[in-house]
Amino acid sequence: MSHAHASPASVLDEGNPAIDFARQTVAVAEADIRKLIHDPVELLTRMIQPMLWLLIFGEVFTRTRVVPTGGIRYLDFMTPGILAQSVLFGAIFYGISLIWERDLGIVHKFLVSPAARSALVLGRTISSSARSLCQMIFVYLLAFLLHVQLRWDVGAFAGVVVAVVLGSSVFSTFSLIAACIVKSRERFMGIGQVLTMPLFFASNAIYPLSMMPEWLRWVSKVNPLTYQVDALRHLMIVGGTSSFGMGVDFGVMVLALALMVGIATRLYPTIIS
Amino acid sequence: MALVDKAGNLQEAAPDTGPTVINAVDTRAITRRFGTLVAVDHLTVTVPNGSIFGLLGPNGAGKSTLIKMLTTLLSPSEGTAYVAGFDIVREPRQVRRKIGYVSQMLSADGDLTGYENLLISAKLYGIPRSERAARIARALEFMKLMHVSDKLVKHYSGGMIRRLEIAQSMLHHPSILFLDEPTVGLDPFAKRAVWEDIRDLQREFGTTILMTTHDMLEADELCETVAFMHQGTLAVIGPPSELKAALGASATLNDAFIHYTGAAITEGGDIKDVARTRLTSQRLG
Repeated sequence: MSHAHASPASVLDEGNPAIDFARQTVAVAEADIRKLIHDPVELLTRMIQPMLWLLIFGEVFTRTRVVPTGGIRYLDFMTPGILAQSVLFGAIFYGISLIWERDLGIVHKFLVSPAARSALVLGRTISSSARSLCQMIFVYLLAFLLHVQLRWDVGAFAGVVVAVVLGSSVFSTFSLIAACIVKSRERFMGIGQVLTMPLFFASNAIYPLSMMPEWLRWVSKVNPLTYQVDALRHLMIVGGTSSFGMGVDFGVMVLALALMVGIATRLYPTIIS
Repeated sequence: MALVDKAGNLQEAAPDTGPTVINAVDTRAITRRFGTLVAVDHLTVTVPNGSIFGLLGPNGAGKSTLIKMLTTLLSPSEGTAYVAGFDIVREPRQVRRKIGYVSQMLSADGDLTGYENLLISAKLYGIPRSERAARIARALEFMKLMHVSDKLVKHYSGGMIRRLEIAQSMLHHPSILFLDEPTVGLDPFAKRAVWEDIRDLQREFGTTILMTTHDMLEADELCETVAFMHQGTLAVIGPPSELKAALGASATLNDAFIHYTGAAITEGGDIKDVARTRLTSQRLG
């Protein structure tokens, strides 16, 4: 066979596979983050939605006192939910960039490179997380100005960062999967709209699970957003309580992410066909 | 050979210089179906190392499908091919390390600078940090893009974008470069510049170039061997001069194409092909 004598020494990136993988992942993320730096307008538009929710919905509902918040002000109760929501809304439409880049021909360039398919997926996940962390900083700033009782200890803040990154990664990878399945921008926009509402309202983002009818509570319990909000509520707010515990919250998010990345890696090359 | 330091080049240890690999590309009854349509039909062809090989045919002849299979973007329905000695079905990652590819569409990212486009490619291909800057500088210089390297690519002219894409696909010194309609949408002047670059690449790096085109003049000027593709199969293969000579002294390559395939090169293709070509032309402006 003509290739029998091929030796591994012939390849350029024949170093440690783990290091190669990390390098490829970072390269994919870097391409996207550099674009964001050239044109950061997108970040500004991402700040409008959480601002409207906190300033309008939050201010009004704080006065109603109908939502059982476990003894904290409603605005405080909903702030982690709004952070999770703005991350969700940004991440769930992330897949459209894949369709766009496919139409341009940019995706092909990545697919003919020796980078692992999972590195291509994870790189995009990281760049989506970078956007979400910018949103997080903005929500913190807004919450501070609205006198939300924020926790400032380093451990809790680190936990918030991890929860935001995990949540963003789960939903942006989910979005990549949707993009690989529907393949066109028009269909994707339709799907995105259909997904966001149930994901947001069938969760504990703006009201506790205890207020829900039994069936909706079960839907919420398979929604990763619920676990992200649960963790954020404990880690972000003074007096905020977690219903499931940090172990369950982060465990569910990590498992959901592993599942999503697994599926997305299989589907990613099909985006061009 | 000022532009390439052969001694410091990892490619030097590549097996494709070994005695058992004779051909850059070697297809074995490679076939691709889309539903009932057979885009590439049991095609067997070899491309010798170091040559400029042109695949000619109208839109829809199966050229792009064949290139996509050889670059591992699409898997064959039947048959296989060896690219740089590796099986595209069983060893796609090894194949990817050995090839460069410039798609018919624009693969350079308009929202990044020329330098950044090259930097990302260098990182994807695992070019060591110590060599990265020098390789990028050399590629920019080679493609005469040094002066615009910090400009966003969306402000480049069509010819500059194509040259950047070729630079990008050459950064890891592939042994085979696949160019899918490299000059589509370019004006005659930019076209000639790209031809010159392709010749230089072959001369300087010994790269095998497999390109598709439906521009007869381009094939005649550039390619040492051409293969006429029609409805998923090869009608004929040979040096342009021989194909023309077989039909008489005044025959053109276009005449040869009609003679061997029974069709004009402008025929064929569907609305998708036309739309894609137009989009590329429009973006190259």
